[in-house]
Amino acid sequence: MSPIPIDAAALLTGLRCILPEILVVATAIFVLFVDLMIPEENKRILCGISLIGVVISLFSVFLLGPARISGFSGAVVHDGLGAFFEIVILAACALTLLMATGYSEWEGTHKGEFYSLLLLSTSGMMFMAKGTDLMTVFLGLETLSIPIYVLVGFHRHRMSSIEGALKYFLLGAFASGFFLYGVALMYAATGTTKIPALAAMLLDARLAANPVFLAGVGLLLVGLAFKVSLVPFHMWTPDAYEGAPTVVTAFMSAAVKAAAFAALIRVLLLTFGGLQPVMWKVLWALSVLTMTVGNLSALLQDNVKRMLAYSSIAHAGYVLVGLVSGDFLGGQAALFYLLVYAFMNIGAFGVVILIAQKEDEGYDIRNLAGIGFKYPALGAFLTLFLVSLGGIPPTAGFVGKFYLFSAAVKNGYIWLAVLGVLNSAASIYYYLRLVVYMYMVPAEGEMPVPRPSRLAFSAALFASGAAVLLLGIFPGSALDLAARSVLSLLM
Amino acid sequence: MMEPAAYLLLSGILFGIGVVGVVARKNALIILMSVEIMLNGVNVAFIAVGSHLGDVTGSVFAFMVMTVAAAEAAVGLAILIAIYRLKETIDITELNVLKW
Repeated sequence: MSPIPIDAAALLTGLRCILPEILVVATAIFVLFVDLMIPEENKRILCGISLIGVVISLFSVFLLGPARISGFSGAVVHDGLGAFFEIVILAACALTLLMATGYSEWEGTHKGEFYSLLLLSTSGMMFMAKGTDLMTVFLGLETLSIPIYVLVGFHRHRMSSIEGALKYFLLGAFASGFFLYGVALMYAATGTTKIPALAAMLLDARLAANPVFLAGVGLLLVGLAFKVSLVPFHMWTPDAYEGAPTVVTAFMSAAVKAAAFAALIRVLLLTFGGLQPVMWKVLWALSVLTMTVGNLSALLQDNVKRMLAYSSIAHAGYVLVGLVSGDFLGGQAALFYLLVYAFMNIGAFGVVILIAQKEDEGYDIRNLAGIGFKYPALGAFLTLFLVSLGGIPPTAGFVGKFYLFSAAVKNGYIWLAVLGVLNSAASIYYYLRLVVYMYMVPAEGEMPVPRPSRLAFSAALFASGAAVLLLGIFPGSALDLAARSVLSLLM
Repeated sequence: MMEPAAYLLLSGILFGIGVVGVVARKNALIILMSVEIMLNGVNVAFIAVGSHLGDVTGSVFAFMVMTVAAAEAAVGLAILIAIYRLKETIDITELNVLKW
């Protein structure tokens, strides 16, 4: 074999293709170095440095635009879908960092490794969203998961935090095994791990009936379903979300979900057109199961953090509604919903952080009693985010659900839409229950004092709130962006 | 060149042993080891198929899996040590702070 010459032009294209990721990773390493050099009382600036890095990266995403750049022999591609999810993930990361300014001070997480891990995990998510080779998707998945395991157990002297980390780690590693075996079987059946090549080969009906290939597809789906916490692969979600530091919970619920869904959307929309007759039944069942179990479990929770964890499971079910039909409309709705979901969920967790007490205590629903009138700004924000999560107009949550369910109806999945709307109605009960506690239940005895909000923290809440309202009233341009992103994938 | 079917069967058996280990055992360390067995089953499949097809993707993938498995083991063991310091046990049935 002759040595392979290095093609400088191709390398440059490749580097340009992953420029936003490079910036995030460089920031993560820079943060670690700076961490060594500054005294303990100045660790606050690490958060600022991370934030600047994320903003520059976000800027570079806009600079690259939606044009399609394929790099590293087609292992990663910067296309509309990748760019869309990079925006979602980086926005979620930026909001998390803004909130971390306050949280780190209260809970002592102003540490170099905290921000560095957060950024590395972000880079993994971006790679996952852009991977067009299952190898890249796998590496992205692991690059996002391993730092998140550490972040969940960051309060390593607290049993709840470390226990959540162990449960998440064991089930996450187990799920990676399934994902990998799925890839191996697909590779055995087709001889390739590239998603576009798989898509081309699937046009042959014989492959679509090959048992080895089908087993591979099934295992791959199980692996991804774990990450987006679809029922029955959701067992880790409530524990990990409850145990994790609350900023990390907010980040996980928005960004990890978006990244895993990005990979799922790319694989499903691009590859499995040939499998659609079987696939829609599987996805239909998963979606209905996820919505129902998530919502019914959330109804029973008295811990706000755990309730939001179950609600995030239910929301994964709503997003999946858009993927059942495997067509353009559903994909667009799913993308839009993931964008909206990131803002409303991070916002809700943000308010919850402010209401909580030292050591991540006090997430009991009774702590909310009387908050609404005593602290009107907090009450108003939480109400806005909860109303949006419940899907009530004029918020973005309503628009998102409307498009998801109407895509299902247009494609003829009437029952799916009906079950989705029923679920949505049930979810309003537990969201509004919090609002009722805030405004109508008098506080018993001493009322807990919320943490004083920092400027950066308030900015994050304002940004999320504004996004939820703006996307709810003027969803047009975001919907267009989502539509162009899905189209860029299908072309 | 042997047909990959035999190797695929072997990989399936290894993977199955790993899955059973994860599901059935209560000791977190044994579960971690079972996950490693699953990943090695995956590696056998990748390498067998890769060499059968004369394609390097399989071997490269196996290297990536090994690298990731090492990183995962490091984090996993660190979490186990942190748990042991707090509870003096790594039996997963004894971990019950978080539940509804």
